[in-house]
Amino acid sequence: MSGGDGGTRRIETGYLSRVEGEGAMHVRLRGDEVLGVELRIYEPPRFFEALLRGRALGEAPDITARICGICPVAYQTSACQAMEDALGIEVGGQLRDLRRLIYCGEWIQSHSLHLYLLHAPDFLGYESGFAMARDHREVVERGLRAKKAGNRLIAAVGGREVHPVNVRVGGFYRAPERRELEGLVAELERCRSEALETVRWTAGLDFPELERDYELVSLRSPLEGEYPIDRGRIVSSKGIDVAAAEFDDTFEEEQVAHSTALHARVRARGSYLTGPMARFNLNRGRLSPLAAEAAREAGIGDGSLNPFRSIVVRAVEILYAFDEALRLIDAYERPDTPAVEFEPRAAVGHGVSEAPRGLLYHRYEITEAGEIASAWIVPPTSQNQRSIEEDLREFVAANTHLPDEELRHRCEQTIRNYDPCISCSTHFLTLEVERE
Amino acid sequence: MAATGSRPKLAVWKFASCDGCQLSILDLEDELLMLAEEIEIAYFMEASRATVEGPYDLSLVEGSVTTAADAERIREVRRVSRRLVTIGACATAGGIQALRNFADVGEFVSAVYASPSYISTLETSTPISENVSVDYELHGCPIDKRQLLEVISAFLAQRAPAIPSYSVCVECKRRGNVCVTVAHGTPCLGPVTHAGCGALCPAHDRGCYGCFGPMETPNTASLSAWTRGLGAETSDLIRAYRSFNANAPAFRAASELEEGR
Repeated sequence: MSGGDGGTRRIETGYLSRVEGEGAMHVRLRGDEVLGVELRIYEPPRFFEALLRGRALGEAPDITARICGICPVAYQTSACQAMEDALGIEVGGQLRDLRRLIYCGEWIQSHSLHLYLLHAPDFLGYESGFAMARDHREVVERGLRAKKAGNRLIAAVGGREVHPVNVRVGGFYRAPERRELEGLVAELERCRSEALETVRWTAGLDFPELERDYELVSLRSPLEGEYPIDRGRIVSSKGIDVAAAEFDDTFEEEQVAHSTALHARVRARGSYLTGPMARFNLNRGRLSPLAAEAAREAGIGDGSLNPFRSIVVRAVEILYAFDEALRLIDAYERPDTPAVEFEPRAAVGHGVSEAPRGLLYHRYEITEAGEIASAWIVPPTSQNQRSIEEDLREFVAANTHLPDEELRHRCEQTIRNYDPCISCSTHFLTLEVERE
Repeated sequence: MAATGSRPKLAVWKFASCDGCQLSILDLEDELLMLAEEIEIAYFMEASRATVEGPYDLSLVEGSVTTAADAERIREVRRVSRRLVTIGACATAGGIQALRNFADVGEFVSAVYASPSYISTLETSTPISENVSVDYELHGCPIDKRQLLEVISAFLAQRAPAIPSYSVCVECKRRGNVCVTVAHGTPCLGPVTHAGCGALCPAHDRGCYGCFGPMETPNTASLSAWTRGLGAETSDLIRAYRSFNANAPAFRAASELEEGR
């Protein structure tokens, strides 16, 4: 919907499409001046942090997976690591590699879904991936093959694509046989070659202009030369370098009236950006040679702060995830035990990992009996909300000359740059532009 | 392929949920483009900006009803849908968010939000069937995408879906799994849980945790007694029945029975 009322210009999208979950946008303009931008998340809250209290610590990975059907592995990983931190156990070697492997599957599946079916249609002027497939069938089919390969990888390690059953605190219920993973290699190799094509294809799209001085926040792996997925310290482009346990000292969340998702920011500073753009710009020297070369060829070898180019960055990360999965499978030897055993103790634990959309932080307080006393979960979309609103504000200010319908579409695209996953508002989005 | 205009119209609706069940439609990678040719995807906000007005031949509903606005919206969805099928544990039983039904929702809101007054929510999370009449309920947290394809095909062909209603135990036997309870003493909800996953957990050396909800005629009293015999405590049993299908009548009754001990 768009319209004016007494000199007011108002552009709104009441229910944003091609995002996961329910949200809306509201923009108010007076002439060329942007009066207000609100990203409204109206996803009904499900109160995960409240319902986790009193549950057994071992239930956290399965319960928190249900926060998001698109990135359950991220929730399971952060939950497991937070519990392991509290219990004082270390999950290393092949078990840690398996965790990284299933996570590669989730990056491939989630990024492919977003890139081909949700985001690319914006660049080519289609309403959906289905409509795009009528003219670009080969491209969409390539995307679906990549997505399927990612899903098969998740299922091979986790039992099924959505809400895997095989992940537990300490590791896994059953470690896969080497031959089960080897069976995936031919498909992963083919999809890796196609992923290179995808990077080239996205590099040829038209990118609207927008660049801001973001504070980029991502993990940095303790291993030199390892791109962050499952672990690391939290670092930023403006000097943050802290352990997961210092999350609360570094960031804060606040509630705003127009959203059921809390807004996060760097304490005493402001908004920040997490997700593929942040990971890539802060860690591009840690990509595999194949992915680094593809990024250079695509023109982002020295980094990029244009959020519309996030589609190229996701393509590079898909390529990297295929490459990394193949490396991990090649090195895999089935561990003797599928998990590290533990004894409950009263403690507080912190866990953080790189969900496809960015940093995902969990903190739990557990009792001596092994029950959850309190839970705090900060999903990527709540961290990016403020940054999305600032992108919208700047983009609208530079493009007030556009007719309402085109401006509205571009605003939606600006939001989709973030692949916002609204159902993960453990704590809830519609688009509206109002011109005065 | 039928000509445009004569294809059946499909709509996908979201209520309180994780999006995982509607993702299962997009996870039908091999069939998705064919499906989009055979049927008109008339309303599917997660996948398309374009919307076509109802009425719809088949509506798939994901999620549970947790707000007054959603209680109103589901009636509108029912009004414009010839057939309405719920997909997943949230729509069929209320989901994990139905744990509020056993607690004080006001306290839940205060536990998560600094300004509880901004949040409007109902005291309970209810399945779609408690709000409007439904034509079929597909179980699972998440649903199985093969079963989803069967349900869509069946409704479009106007026949009954071929979805078995027996327990996970039968699937274990078929798959050749060793019984985790008999062999390892692992507590397992398989005997009372609706089939559909293919006995995934026991195949991964783990007891079933009931994500497909109760089967048609579950003997929960017997299972509770057996599980107690394996050393489980009352609190373990209550938690086992109170997860993703906590509000499904059979699981609800079983957990309340334990609570009354």
